Amino acid sequence: MLINALKLALQQIRRNVMRSFLTTLGIIIGVAAVITMVALGNGATAQVTAQVSSLGTNLMMVNRGQGFGPRRDRVSAPAFELADVTAIANEIAGIKAIAPVSSGSVTLINGNTSWSSTVRGSDNQYLLAGNWTLAEGRNFSDDELADGSSMCIVGQTVVKELFSGESPLNQKMRIAGNNCVVIGVLKGKGQTSFGQDQDDIVIVPMMNYQRRLAGSRDVHQIYISLEDGVDTDHVEQRLTTLLRLRRNVAASESDNFNIFNTTELAETLTSTTQTMTGLLGAVAGVSLLVGGIGIMNIMLVSVTERTREIGIRLAIGALEHEVLLQFLVEAVVLSSLGGLIGILLALGLSWSLALLMSMPFIFDVSISVAAFVFSAAVGVIFGYVPARRAAQLNPIEALRHE
Amino acid sequence: MNRADTLIRFDGVTKSYGSGSAQFQALKGVDFEVAEGEFVSLMGPSGSGKSTVMNILGCLDVLTSGEYFFRGVPVSQLDRNQRALLRRNHIGFVFQGFNLLARTSAMENVELPLVYRGLGRRERNRLSMAALAKVGLEKWAHHHPSELSGGQQQRVAIARALVTTPSILLADEPTGNLDSERSEEIMQLMSQLNREQNLTILMVTHEPEMAEYSQRIIHFVDGLVDPARSRQTGSAGAQYAD
Ligand SMILES: Nc1ncnc2c1ncn2[C@@H]1O[C@H](COP(=O)(O)OP(=O)(O)OP(=O)(O)O)[C@@H](O)[C@H]1O
Ligand SMILES: [Mg+2]
Repeated sequence: MLINALKLALQQIRRNVMRSFLTTLGIIIGVAAVITMVALGNGATAQVTAQVSSLGTNLMMVNRGQGFGPRRDRVSAPAFELADVTAIANEIAGIKAIAPVSSGSVTLINGNTSWSSTVRGSDNQYLLAGNWTLAEGRNFSDDELADGSSMCIVGQTVVKELFSGESPLNQKMRIAGNNCVVIGVLKGKGQTSFGQDQDDIVIVPMMNYQRRLAGSRDVHQIYISLEDGVDTDHVEQRLTTLLRLRRNVAASESDNFNIFNTTELAETLTSTTQTMTGLLGAVAGVSLLVGGIGIMNIMLVSVTERTREIGIRLAIGALEHEVLLQFLVEAVVLSSLGGLIGILLALGLSWSLALLMSMPFIFDVSISVAAFVFSAAVGVIFGYVPARRAAQLNPIEALRHE
Repeated sequence: MNRADTLIRFDGVTKSYGSGSAQFQALKGVDFEVAEGEFVSLMGPSGSGKSTVMNILGCLDVLTSGEYFFRGVPVSQLDRNQRALLRRNHIGFVFQGFNLLARTSAMENVELPLVYRGLGRRERNRLSMAALAKVGLEKWAHHHPSELSGGQQQRVAIARALVTTPSILLADEPTGNLDSERSEEIMQLMSQLNREQNLTILMVTHEPEMAEYSQRIIHFVDGLVDPARSRQTGSAGAQYAD
């Protein structure tokens, strides 16, 4: 009997191509929209979280100047000294790693190949503070740092561009005309959310940078990574007090340095992406609703025709439950077909969008199921309920339906 | 009259539409009998209740009071499913409007009652083609109702009513939409079925010439049988055939 109902339902679907198509379309749109939007939102959140944690979750960056960004006072404000770094390390508790950083753009040369990159002078705490790990080789030793040895640690982009991807370990290259030996290679981190390539990096001992490359003793930045569970705000306050003192900032003046905190950044970005995900979810919800209303409309508009049809079937001897089963099967077939197409469409769409926006592809099963169930329920309820009402009429009443 | 071969009997049947002050009594106590193999015409002015009687006979509608016996079975005691099975197994109905399924070929329309009887595809095709051939429409088997003339649609409807070889054919103005030549053909077909297959036929008609094909006329006036104008015609039907 089920097979018979299935046959009849399929015949009915074929006969009402437009109605079937529109019903299915409503479900497809609803399901696809929800799944895609949620996948995008989740992907974006995951991407931001990954990037922030690649910066190091408890990282503070101290820059000169009043704020973050290209301000004039950033240059006019005095640079830091190595002594500042020592002072901070001695006086502030809860610091896991602290590293002075000076950086500049340089041209790197290996044989006939050249590459423009950023070189950073720092010490052997830089890797820990900046949340880097070595793919191969080693960090600077204390002696090498004290000597300002001509050695360097390079990032993956440099390996790719300058050594065509082969291991550069113990090879020589030239940094702005100075020789250096590669002693370490960093593991890749990828791009930041601002599109910056973090792997395009060369690190040399601070002393080497100051003497050979910069020709000045300026320290541009201080990277501080805190122990887990340390109160970031408290450390930031103490740091501010200490630096104001050391940089002779009068009480009436504002800070001539600024502290950038990845924990804060993470919070901001996370709340932003959460807002975005919520927004996408709302848009998706509206699509689902619109799809549902579409299905409802089709079903309600066709009620008269379907009621008359049910009247005909009853009149020629169909039993009530046979007619009902047929209409139920029709609604279920259309709804599940729509849901299936919707899910496939959403998979393709969110996967290619994720690829396009270089985001991770995250498929939320429970949301997909929920969207599917909702659309299918709308399809089944609005397809089945009017049919049930019609099948309970006397055949002649169903035939007279207007 | 109370014969053993009584197929249907109406016993004081009334039918009211609506309720309260809007209530309208379409049938006011109708009594009549039809024997197996009879060919009967229902006549009477418009609004006299002919279609109402046919709908009750066809189990498409329920009566308000009185009783309708089908082969001695009181139909108002049957439940919905039993009435549906009565329609399925014993009754062929031709509607005043044709009531064919749209966007469905003539053959599929004719097959539909067989689908609910659970027949296989082959058997359905064979029977529906035979039924279409009977009404002279085998060439139109694969056309949709919208591609057929009114008369052709009426003939598809008749084929659909006949395909299950019912005990009784109920036809509400089967020639209402046909020209006189086509009407003659349909009437000849019906009296042939009546004679050769002993098919009981009840037909509503406004045309006295068509009524002459039947053996008996039941005349309705204002929701009641008018005995004065109900009569036997000159036709000999299955009843009198050997
Ligand atoms: N569903 C309904 N609701 C209310 N009144 C109805 C309904 N169906 C029929 N009637 C009324 O019942 C009476 C009998 O109707 P019926 O259709 O049986 O007439 P008829 O003899 O078949 O007429 P015609 O020759 O025009 O087809 C009419 O007065 C009609 O208005
Ligand atoms: Mg009528």
